[in-house]
Amino acid sequence: MEFNQPVDSNLFDDAKVVGKPMQRIDGPLKVTGTAPYAYERNDAAPDALYGYPLGAAIGHGRITRMDAEAARSAPGVRAVVTTLEVDPLEKGMNNVARLFGGDEVQHYHQAIAVIVADTFEQARAASAMIEVDYEEGTPADLDLDAAFERVQGTGEPDTLVGDVGAAFRDAAQVIDQMYHTPGESHTMMEPHSSTVDWSDGENMTVWTSNQMINWNHQSIATTFGIDQDRIRVESPYVGGGFGAKLWLRADAVLAALGSRAAGVPVKLALPRPMVMNNTTHRSATVQRIRLAANADGHLTGIWHEAAAYCLPGGRGENATAQTPIFYAGDSRRVKNHVVDMPLPETADMRAPGEASGLMALEIAMDEMAEALDMDPVQFRIVNDTQVDPANPDIPFSDRHFVECLERGAEAFGWSERNTTPGGQRDGDWLIGHGVAGAYRGALVLPSGARAILDGGKLIIETDMTDIGTGSYTILAQTAAETMGMDVADVEMRMANSAYPVSSGSGGQFGAPSSTSGVYAACMALREKIAGNLGIDEASFNGGRVTGGDTDMALSEINEEVSAEDAIQWGDFQQGYAMGTFGAHFVEVGVHAYTGETRVRRMLAVCDAGRIINPITARSQVIGGMVMGVGAALSEDMALDRGRGFFANHDMANYEVAVHADIPEQDVIFLDTLDGVATPLKAKGVGELGLCGVAAAIANGVYNATGVRVRDYPLTMDKFIDRLPAI
Amino acid sequence: MRAFSYEKPADPAAAAARAAEVEGAKFLAGGTNLLDLMKLEIETPLHVIDVNGLGLDEISETEEGGLRVGTLVTNTALSADSRIRRDYPLLTRAIAAGATGQLRNKATTGGNLLQRTRCPYFYDTNMPCNKRAPGSGCGALTEGAFSRQLGVIGTSDACIATHPSDMAVAMRALDAVVETVTPAGMTREIPLEEFHLLPGDTPEDETALMPGELITHVRLPAPVGGTQEYHKVRDRASYAFALVSVALVRQADGSGRVALGGVAPKPWRSDAADAELPNGASAVMSVLLDGARPTEENAFKITLAERTLAAMLKEA
Ligand SMILES: Cc1cc2nc3c(=O)[nH]c(=O)nc-3n(C[C@H](O)[C@H](O)[C@H](O)COP(=O)(O)OP(=O)(O)OC[C@H]3O[C@@H](n4cnc5c(N)ncnc54)[C@H](O)[C@@H]3O)c2cc1C
Ligand code: SF4
Repeated sequence: MEFNQPVDSNLFDDAKVVGKPMQRIDGPLKVTGTAPYAYERNDAAPDALYGYPLGAAIGHGRITRMDAEAARSAPGVRAVVTTLEVDPLEKGMNNVARLFGGDEVQHYHQAIAVIVADTFEQARAASAMIEVDYEEGTPADLDLDAAFERVQGTGEPDTLVGDVGAAFRDAAQVIDQMYHTPGESHTMMEPHSSTVDWSDGENMTVWTSNQMINWNHQSIATTFGIDQDRIRVESPYVGGGFGAKLWLRADAVLAALGSRAAGVPVKLALPRPMVMNNTTHRSATVQRIRLAANADGHLTGIWHEAAAYCLPGGRGENATAQTPIFYAGDSRRVKNHVVDMPLPETADMRAPGEASGLMALEIAMDEMAEALDMDPVQFRIVNDTQVDPANPDIPFSDRHFVECLERGAEAFGWSERNTTPGGQRDGDWLIGHGVAGAYRGALVLPSGARAILDGGKLIIETDMTDIGTGSYTILAQTAAETMGMDVADVEMRMANSAYPVSSGSGGQFGAPSSTSGVYAACMALREKIAGNLGIDEASFNGGRVTGGDTDMALSEINEEVSAEDAIQWGDFQQGYAMGTFGAHFVEVGVHAYTGETRVRRMLAVCDAGRIINPITARSQVIGGMVMGVGAALSEDMALDRGRGFFANHDMANYEVAVHADIPEQDVIFLDTLDGVATPLKAKGVGELGLCGVAAAIANGVYNATGVRVRDYPLTMDKFIDRLPAI
Repeated sequence: MRAFSYEKPADPAAAAARAAEVEGAKFLAGGTNLLDLMKLEIETPLHVIDVNGLGLDEISETEEGGLRVGTLVTNTALSADSRIRRDYPLLTRAIAAGATGQLRNKATTGGNLLQRTRCPYFYDTNMPCNKRAPGSGCGALTEGAFSRQLGVIGTSDACIATHPSDMAVAMRALDAVVETVTPAGMTREIPLEEFHLLPGDTPEDETALMPGELITHVRLPAPVGGTQEYHKVRDRASYAFALVSVALVRQADGSGRVALGGVAPKPWRSDAADAELPNGASAVMSVLLDGARPTEENAFKITLAERTLAAMLKEA
């Protein structure tokens, strides 16, 4: 199906299933512990042995010697494969560092051996017996601030509109500040895990925890130089990803090498302390933001320059992602720099770009509102735009940012807040309120599915994944709606490379793309059924197909009917700017003496087109808000600058928000439809919920204390000496 | 985890005797710290002596009017005991501020006192650490290292780790006494003040216990009264070790006791600092933290300790 023009009316206008709250259909499996996750495929690979990885002990350099003799003869050990025995493997899609092979160490905990044994404990014990000698690389300069100083002002701007110099010269108010966001680790509950059967060295089956079946499939083929037809990849259940599982990682590679060496299926999960340095993370950023505004509160200049790091060839984090498009403004200059650094690999993490960019930009907006003596909600409203500011001919497909701010302000009681920083107290706690805007792009990718009608049951096959987001449920709802059937009669078969290629899960493109793909397949199935029955204009309702003289139950169709299709996105979408929008409101308390900061109340208002399932969508948004609390207040990958590794590499030391940190959370979805975006007029929300949250908290801390903190996380060490006197 | 042998001795004295006799022996209580460290091969005992079931899980009243807590009394049971809650509320508050419900159900009194530091370099066996591998150097004291959580006072050039326990800080303020049985079958008493050692040149020596010596009880002297508060400061609201914690006992006349956690290799208290209590937080801390040697990353703990105490004094 080609999506070649905006949809006007279609069958989703009178939706009976889509848009309705529905508990997730995979819920019972999950709460009873029977959903087969990648490390627990006893159903598929009951004889799998245990693999355990060994990670490099240095930041970068080379390995001069490895002695694995003791490990090989340790009890229960079936195979040991060391990196020196394997030629450097090819790199799969978006792998910047090599996943295995050769003597070079590019980052701490890069995999350098895999041990296969009869039990997990035996494999782990043997891993500690491998002796490794290293030649350490020359110490690298890992100072991102210094790097920013060096690159600032260099290179062609990514966006250059109007006369920025003049805008800042003539402005009524100017803001010019530096902001820092730290490295962040995805910290999903399920670490990277795979069970792989490559016992015969020929055909490979990979039960893995991955967001993107097709990319993974291709990458495994590239990595091992074997034909894709010989590989099958399955990820029916994924215990969270947040971008950490977009690409092939060492778990699958090591399990495959171990399986081939031992001649048995092997399962391997990355030990938690290895996840942070072995896999990818969100790069820290250094950002300089300059804003110019005239006296009536219109932005006249936006100047955003940022730097992130990555291994050579990587993409780092683009904190300027939203700046070209989020706010109106006559002139702007935007530039992101990616600096090479020999650190663990940086790549996508939930809302890559916007998440860290809005952490800074939305503080700057608060600062400018204050400088202008304007309400920060009003200041954002004044600077809304309905067109791409750099290309005024390109309108937003559907943008209700102003409504998000207005609805939120009303529901939150914004007008009643104290506006004097440091002016409200509750016992020892200084109380503050903060607001921030949210923006995240609305990307879509081609997505396919197969729809099969078999004895009154509808089976949907697609390689789409459900990474805890609710894809099983919303795809079943979409299929049921399109076929006029009951959700209970839909069976979802997902996340298997044997099924049609979908968008996969990432970049909040999964829901809009894959529901469109399922819609396309179901429409193809409808056509086939109608054709078989010789009906010209068939309608599908209540489990029946009607048209002409025919009126029959779908369950009366005896032979299996199957159709496959994919959604393809037409060029017309390039004539629009597509995005999702939101506003976050928070109330925080800052302990007047200790600077401990706790969030007391949170509200998000989201504009993301049709909400396919309010329950699963709400879970996505509140989950994003939780992640935003961590980003604002505690998450920080602690770089040991001398050794070039992240020292706090476990969940005791890398502090994500816990239950006690999370207060009452409210979510309001605006009732919007975006016919340019998809046939369902829907966009993603999974990442929008995170965007802007941290800045709303930082702005709340300012309102509470009068202390502006521009470096995340906002731990008390950064401001305790600036708190009001006690 | 290395392979080890295992036994369950008949009584406390036998446990101590066996621990001194068998090479590389270690006691196992709740296991919430030891087993984690064994999995990471930070601890590699050859022999594990399980002291559960030795009858040391009672809280009894002493003649002097205090309580005698068996070493196997769990943190949950200790903090919930009605006598503790009534007469030693500081202890209940400190225990409840630590770890999680599940962990406190397993964690024991003696095990809690003997839990090891949470220094990230101690936890990563690829890194130098004088405490884990004597003579290998201190990973936290090199240029650019991460030391935000580590100690500011009582530390040495060999080690700046803190003792992570919350319970021990309250016990220090309450003048608890550790009772033991030695491998020779003798009993011994060690005031908590003398129980944990400062690192000096030998950070691997952490306590006054002799090899094989088993903690049997912790004795709490008669209740001291006053108002008792424990304020634990951390970045997130739960499930994190203290950046700084303050245990305070305050009498109506303004006198009292202060002990600090999160700043030193042991619960940090001094009589001279206690004597300054009537003069306020700043006066107390200028004595208690005199001679502090923080790193650039953890210097904030000094301000934080003072402000935390100030908040408590205002409330008390
Ligand atoms: C995730 C996590 C978070 C935590 N958070 C906190 C916190 O916030 N605050 C806090 O205070 N603690 C915290 N803890 C630590 C917890 O309190 C300790 O692990 C626990 O108290 C140890 O008690 P245990 O009985 O399990 O000791 P074990 O692990 O059994 O033993 C610990 C040590 O004591 C020795 N030992 C035990 N009993 C005796 C005895 N009778 N005589 C001599 N030696 C003995 C053992 O040989 C071992 O060396 C946390 C732990 C974890 C895992
Ligand atoms: S501070 Fe102590 S525990 Fe930490 S690395 Fe140094 S010696 Fe080891």
